[in-house]
Amino acid sequence: MTNLSKKVLIIDYGLGNLFSVTQALINIGVNVKTTSNPDEIESADAIVLPGVGAFKDAMNNLKDLNLIDSIKKSIDSGKPFLGICLGLQLLFSESEEFGVTKGLDIVKGKVKRFSNNNQEGEIRKVPQIGWNQISKINGKSWDYTPLNDIKEGEFMYFVHSFYVEPEEPVGLSQTNYDGHSYVSSIQKGNIFACQFHPEKSGHKGLKVYKNWAEINNLKRN
Amino acid sequence: MKNIRIIPRLDIKGPNLVKGIHLEGLRVLGKPEDFARCYYENGADELFFQDTVASLYDRNSLQDIITKTAKEIFIPLTVGGGLRTIDDIRNVLRAGADKVAINTAAVKNPYFIREASLKFGSSTIVVAIEAIKGSDGRYLAFTDNGREYSGLEVVSWARKVEELGAGEIVITSVDKEGTGEGYDLDLIRLVSESVTVPVIAHGGASCPENIVQAIRYGKADAVAIASILHYSVMKSFVTYSCDYREEGNTTFLNAGKIPKMIKPSSLSDIRAVLIKENIPTRF
Repeated sequence: MTNLSKKVLIIDYGLGNLFSVTQALINIGVNVKTTSNPDEIESADAIVLPGVGAFKDAMNNLKDLNLIDSIKKSIDSGKPFLGICLGLQLLFSESEEFGVTKGLDIVKGKVKRFSNNNQEGEIRKVPQIGWNQISKINGKSWDYTPLNDIKEGEFMYFVHSFYVEPEEPVGLSQTNYDGHSYVSSIQKGNIFACQFHPEKSGHKGLKVYKNWAEINNLKRN
Repeated sequence: MKNIRIIPRLDIKGPNLVKGIHLEGLRVLGKPEDFARCYYENGADELFFQDTVASLYDRNSLQDIITKTAKEIFIPLTVGGGLRTIDDIRNVLRAGADKVAINTAAVKNPYFIREASLKFGSSTIVVAIEAIKGSDGRYLAFTDNGREYSGLEVVSWARKVEELGAGEIVITSVDKEGTGEGYDLDLIRLVSESVTVPVIAHGGASCPENIVQAIRYGKADAVAIASILHYSVMKSFVTYSCDYREEGNTTFLNAGKIPKMIKPSSLSDIRAVLIKENIPTRF
């Protein structure tokens, strides 16, 4: 019962819907709370950075709420970190949304927008909204990661116009949207972050949260 | 890949799931929570809840339904009907919705789309367009379940809502809705080819083959389906609880009748047809 008080904090920076992320974590048996308080983040056992919306607004909100240093400190201290959707993109050096906006620069690389034309010269609908498959990158194993026991080619739910292009070998899964392959989840030390929404991906998505909580020993006993 | 989404559409009146014809003449089918759970367990890609009488009654019952559903169902939920202000949107998102669909409020003030998409993200804002074919063959946009003409032509309105930040468009053919005559394929194709955001086809499907047509010919990115699925679920429900029989026309339900033109099909029946037709879909 030592981890009865393990506390997972979801960072609320005014963007996106925290309801479903909260419900998913409750569902798998984690003590969860949302917060915008930098001090509280530093006292957490693990943090979750969700988010839907614009990169620039997100960075501005994180700045205004004084959250950037606490997030960086938490990650540096080795605390488990889970980023979802915009919470993945914000980790990167910069985004090309509305000119260039600097990100948290924890992962080297860029955030780019899908082009509106696919290889056949047809319209590529952007945002990508819907279920798509995740697969391994060069056969790299998913054992001991949150994708443990998820089968190659499993469907997850995506909603996004921008994708990440890491300049370091952090990619854990890739996805192909209408002819365009991109990295759909990353792992770097204590960081796991995914472009898809596990909280919207049914039972398999909940499994990703469950794996993450189990690997990091965050579940209530 | 680009996988076509199958989205059960649940029209809600008070605490009940209802279904009408041309968005009117509502019949009570059952409890939305039961249908929602069934669709989730059977592989629905998303759920779409439409409050049919939001402007006439208060919407608390819908919010209760959403919250209950969102606690046990982990797929995206879209909620539409009577959302007129930023606060209205915030409230249904807080209740557990992932996306909202707006129509009347967007027609009255197109910049509401921009305001809402900047506030909540484009992908959260779905604009619903209700279309009726005019005598000159042009499609005209309506509001209030097809009752009020907006003064807008559908294609230019679709382009405008995209420009203002809508992340998705759901196009309903009021002429076809609830008739089982199949989707209005020309309408769907016209809209889908005029914009670069995903388009959800709605209104008129009576069998899985209609869905194939909406994707093949209509170029729909997703389909919203009501009757085909609902009647399939009703056939499978053995017992009904009785507390929903207060509202709407329940005579046909008591008689156990299913409209003749509808071919009830489950989500897996529909997927099987799509797979046979080589249409990419989940599973």
